[in-house]
Amino acid sequence: MTMTQAPQAGRMRLADMFSLSGATGPLIGLFVLCVFLSVSTDAFFTLRNLLNVLDQITVLGIMAVGMTYVILIGGIDLAVGSVLALAMMVMGYTANVLGYPIGVGIAAALVVAAFSGAVSGLMITLFRVPAFISTLAMMSIARGLANMITDGQQIVGFPAWFSMLAFIRHGGFLTVTVALMLVVFVLGWFYLRYTSGGRSLYAIGGSPEVARLAGINVSLMTVGVYVVSGVLAGLAGIVLAMRLDSVQPTAGFTYELDTIAAVVIGGTSLSGGQGGIIGTIIGVLIIGVLRNGLNLLGVSPFTQAVVIGVVIALAVAAEAFKKR
Amino acid sequence: MTSDNSPILSLKGIRKSYGPIEVLHGIDLDIRPGEVVALLGENGAGKSTVSKIISGTVPPSSGEMTWQGAPYAPANPRDAIDAGVGMIHQELLLLPHLTIAENVFVGRYPRRNGLVDRRTMRDEASRGLRRLGLDLPPNRLVQGLSTANQQLIEIAKALTLNARLLILDEPTAALGGEETQRLFDQIRRLKADGVGIIYISHRLEEIRQIADRVVVMRDGAKVQEFDSADVPVRTIVEAMVGRSLERMFPALGQPSAEPVLEVQGLTGANGRFRDVNFAVRKGEIFGIAGLVGAGRTELVRAIAGADPIASGSVHLEGQDITPKSPRDAIRSGIVLVPEDRKLQGLVLDHSIAENIAYPNLAQVAQAGLVTGGAVQGFAGHNIKRFGVKGQGNQNANELSGGNQQKVVIAKWLARNPRVVVLDEPTRGIDVGARSSIYDIIAGLAAEGVAVIVVSSDLEEVLGVSHRIMVMAAGRQAGILDYAEANDVSVMELATA
Repeated sequence: MTMTQAPQAGRMRLADMFSLSGATGPLIGLFVLCVFLSVSTDAFFTLRNLLNVLDQITVLGIMAVGMTYVILIGGIDLAVGSVLALAMMVMGYTANVLGYPIGVGIAAALVVAAFSGAVSGLMITLFRVPAFISTLAMMSIARGLANMITDGQQIVGFPAWFSMLAFIRHGGFLTVTVALMLVVFVLGWFYLRYTSGGRSLYAIGGSPEVARLAGINVSLMTVGVYVVSGVLAGLAGIVLAMRLDSVQPTAGFTYELDTIAAVVIGGTSLSGGQGGIIGTIIGVLIIGVLRNGLNLLGVSPFTQAVVIGVVIALAVAAEAFKKR
Repeated sequence: MTSDNSPILSLKGIRKSYGPIEVLHGIDLDIRPGEVVALLGENGAGKSTVSKIISGTVPPSSGEMTWQGAPYAPANPRDAIDAGVGMIHQELLLLPHLTIAENVFVGRYPRRNGLVDRRTMRDEASRGLRRLGLDLPPNRLVQGLSTANQQLIEIAKALTLNARLLILDEPTAALGGEETQRLFDQIRRLKADGVGIIYISHRLEEIRQIADRVVVMRDGAKVQEFDSADVPVRTIVEAMVGRSLERMFPALGQPSAEPVLEVQGLTGANGRFRDVNFAVRKGEIFGIAGLVGAGRTELVRAIAGADPIASGSVHLEGQDITPKSPRDAIRSGIVLVPEDRKLQGLVLDHSIAENIAYPNLAQVAQAGLVTGGAVQGFAGHNIKRFGVKGQGNQNANELSGGNQQKVVIAKWLARNPRVVVLDEPTRGIDVGARSSIYDIIAGLAAEGVAVIVVSSDLEEVLGVSHRIMVMAAGRQAGILDYAEANDVSVMELATA
């Protein structure tokens, strides 16, 4: 047995070490995309542009971590785009209309976002409403509430330092928002890979019944996952507010679909139980680089939508093909 | 045999290779009208490959088949069905939300004027059901039917296709004694109609009852053929495993007098069992027997916290620990090896190591961190301990049934539980792996664990238990000691 264990350790491939299983294809795709854009445009492979890409993916990246957890346990969260808008509006209202410090606004926004996630999670676990439906309901509710706060108006006029968090590149390259995204990536990856809670999510996604019989508190974990997804959507809303220097109830429209696309391109299985954060990061980068590159190439936004749709279909088809 | 004794189907020198590996080495087999040929062998012996070739699921690499005298080479399952081969799979493939009639005709609905002809469908289905002596309305939904009835509907489906040859793959895996007998009555009727039957099973006792001939396979070859089923079980088993068997069941140790688990007046919230009382002692193996539907599985699931309890209590070493969830039960040291290892025991597309780690994540973690290395290390130790033939990073669905079951057992025993509940521990598992599971059970008892074994296999319950509780229709019909338990006394209580 000790004989067989040694080569087993030696066989650990690079892919295993980074929990890349299922994401090696997307990584190659990302690499090819970057090489292509570097050759075909002068502007792409410059530090300035690459930093831009990072700035542009902050909102998507933060939400995608929560969505990865949700999809990993076999769920779906359609509410994240609306929760993002609701969180923005709560923050803006608390800070600019009620006049509290902006920190209080941020806290209020995150609490509301967590609460939205908890409601979705409880509908799923307590009332056995399918995740698709309960988060669809929450999507509508959160969007409605976001509009009700100001009757559809936007709120502007935040302190200058607030939006500077998204623009000043500390040390010449790192904005606070990008740093925040990187922290979310690292924490999200670490939790999933190295804690018993994170490993349990894989068990739940693989088979909720096996997980329950294994003594995992499936209901609690499920609610927890939707709370995390809500909070991260709220956090993404605050980052978006920094980037836009305003908040509006229409923000984040269809972001849930971009987020799901990023997670799925990154190799996380919609049926649950397989995938990971590294794959999602690659998926987010593919979408970010693709958007940026198509802009540099002067492709119209309409054509961009077509290209991104094709990429999603190809990524998932390639993954399914590989499994056969 | 009647005057027309020429085979319906003959296989001559059938070989099958997957890449460079040959899995079937020249199989010859004749099936005559009106005979039941039992196809036996351990998992991996090639039985299912043979039935897949006959039913057109996979083509043979070489060799030839003749069907009623003419060359037969089905390109796909459709061809085989059209020729008259009915295959009844081990896993039932019925659609629960459709009616019986719809299930019988799925994929080939009778049509009139381009629309589904529901009346013909209903009448035909009802004729098929009657032929099997099954009194069920064809418009009933399949959902909620007993496994036995579902099994018979699969057979009715094959009959409406005018099957001349039926392949039954482990048809009794989920059936109790009485249902098995009913199925056998139908098989005898089909025999009388001149249908040839290939019967695949691990239950040797059944083979003696139903088969006319026995064909034993091992490692992809036909190793022995008996012209009668009246062969001693041991002879057949030895042909299957290719060595002489010392014994099937291990010697049992003496349990201590001290009760570990006490169940008092337990009644299930779903009403499937009522007022059950018993105690299991330290080092004792407590068997639970009964027909399918007697409430055995529900009872042990409730004890393990998996199903809700309406009233009554479960005591462990004198303390009331009546569990509300599997988590509760596991914390008190009661673990369940569930009935269906594929649905309840394993995440099939995850690795063996992960599966073993799932209930033990807190134990696997080092300083709160669950690393891949720790998972592999933890699992490796337990894979070795329970003799699982496989590597930690292999997916669970790549293992044989016996090894899968060992993984399910391994994931629990890693916690050193005080009570281990095994529900149908050897269902669908081949003879060789079976005896090693019995060894594990006996070993647990020897270590002082209280063990509960639920089984539909009478020989198994009798062989591994110190005492046997028999259940009938949700009630405990009686508890028998090792000395007084035999197949007659158990069946008397079970049908009481």
